[in-house]
Amino acid sequence: MAKQTLRKPTIAVTPQDYKTLVQQYTPKPTILKNVLRAFGVGGVICAIGQVIINLFVLGGLTGIEASTAATATMIFLGALLTGLGIYDEIGKFAGAGSIVPVTGFANSIVAPAMEFKREGYVLGVGAKLFTVAGPVLVYGITTSIVVGIAYFLLH
Amino acid sequence: MDLKRMGNQTVVFANPPIILSSYSVVGPKEGQGPLGKTFDHIWKDGLDGEKSWEVAESKMLQEAMQGAINQAQVPPDQIDFMLAGDLLDQIISSSFAARQMALPFIGLYGACSTMALSMAVGSMLIDGGFARHVLAGVSSHHDTAERQFRAPTEQGTQRAMSAQWTVTGAGGVLLGGSGTGPRITAVTIGRVVDYAEKDAGNMGSAMAPAVADTILNHFNDLQRQAADYDLIVSGDLGAVGLALAAEVLKQSGLDMGTRFTDCGIMIFDASQDVHAGASGCGCSSVVFAGDIMQRIKAGELKRVLLVGSGALHSPTSSLQGESIPGIGHAVVIEA
Repeated sequence: MAKQTLRKPTIAVTPQDYKTLVQQYTPKPTILKNVLRAFGVGGVICAIGQVIINLFVLGGLTGIEASTAATATMIFLGALLTGLGIYDEIGKFAGAGSIVPVTGFANSIVAPAMEFKREGYVLGVGAKLFTVAGPVLVYGITTSIVVGIAYFLLH
Repeated sequence: MDLKRMGNQTVVFANPPIILSSYSVVGPKEGQGPLGKTFDHIWKDGLDGEKSWEVAESKMLQEAMQGAINQAQVPPDQIDFMLAGDLLDQIISSSFAARQMALPFIGLYGACSTMALSMAVGSMLIDGGFARHVLAGVSSHHDTAERQFRAPTEQGTQRAMSAQWTVTGAGGVLLGGSGTGPRITAVTIGRVVDYAEKDAGNMGSAMAPAVADTILNHFNDLQRQAADYDLIVSGDLGAVGLALAAEVLKQSGLDMGTRFTDCGIMIFDASQDVHAGASGCGCSSVVFAGDIMQRIKAGELKRVLLVGSGALHSPTSSLQGESIPGIGHAVVIEA
């Protein structure tokens, strides 16, 4: 039974050639479709935000107050839609269109909060809350500090 | 001593172990797929009343294992080993299921190739005379895998067109030294092959060279070709990986013909929006325990080559920029 052959069978494709094959066989991302959807949905989210700002102004708030209140409202809506399990469906359709607006930021905080609640409030929710948004905060705040210092020095 | 070996990597059994029974449990999405009718039990949702997806996955595996035992009607004291594996850290789904089964337990990790691996190791235990019956099975769960390997499940992101969808499912088989049923006649244990692919959103391309390597060696060891099989089915290469494996084998001088397919392509259809197909330990286990076993028993398939495919990376290794090592284990099942 034991028929020993020398080891030879090795696939006749080098890793370099394989890279070319992978590029050839991997479907290309549908960039145009993604861009159009992102533009459309992102635009709609911003338009909703603008309507809310206008309503707050009509209600008697000043421009800056209205913007702040509208931002808070949009964050609430993003969180609510995440909690209802709808925002990930929007995100799947819209991509960057629903990630970039502030509702996307709310989604990136609420999603881990929901996900890691089962690991407890301290080491679950507390520790994992910023797994997605953390890098945005770290580099966003760092950049704003650098810009602030530059602004201070130039004036 | 007469070794039960052929060629470089293949074991040929003197007394081929028998697959006495198989049982599959899947989630709702898998149940809605084209193979829906072939599964033994379809859960209405991914939690099935449990408090976490992890607990649910373990329960699903336990159900598949128990289902296989019940179907074969073999008393538990005649089952000498339980072999199981899954994708979670420290293979908790398997260990926690084994806690309930109270059988001597060996946990295995071959990523998504674990079903084929457990069947291979189980067959060796039986033909080696170390066991009368071996229970082998694996599980994966879409939501446990998502949160461990990718992003929180409610995160609104887009997946790449080459990405695959982790199957929620568990499959178990009961192997025995005697009885009736399809036989496992040979297995080829794969080598870890790494062609420097790094994209976790294109796992099929990372595993394809390993699967091709195992198939090439299997054919060489047994002096067989693709036409000797009614079906050659990889575990979860998906559409991209399967095409790549076929191309690599073609360039290596092997024409795989039209009987080469993939469990990850079979389990979902295009309308289910899974992009390149399915993945996960559960994928090949439920397709094998359901559809393939039924077609073998119906006489439609006489000889099948199941090549489990695994991507042996971790979230940490990927973050540290390491490439994804692949592996493929081949199991020959004959009617």
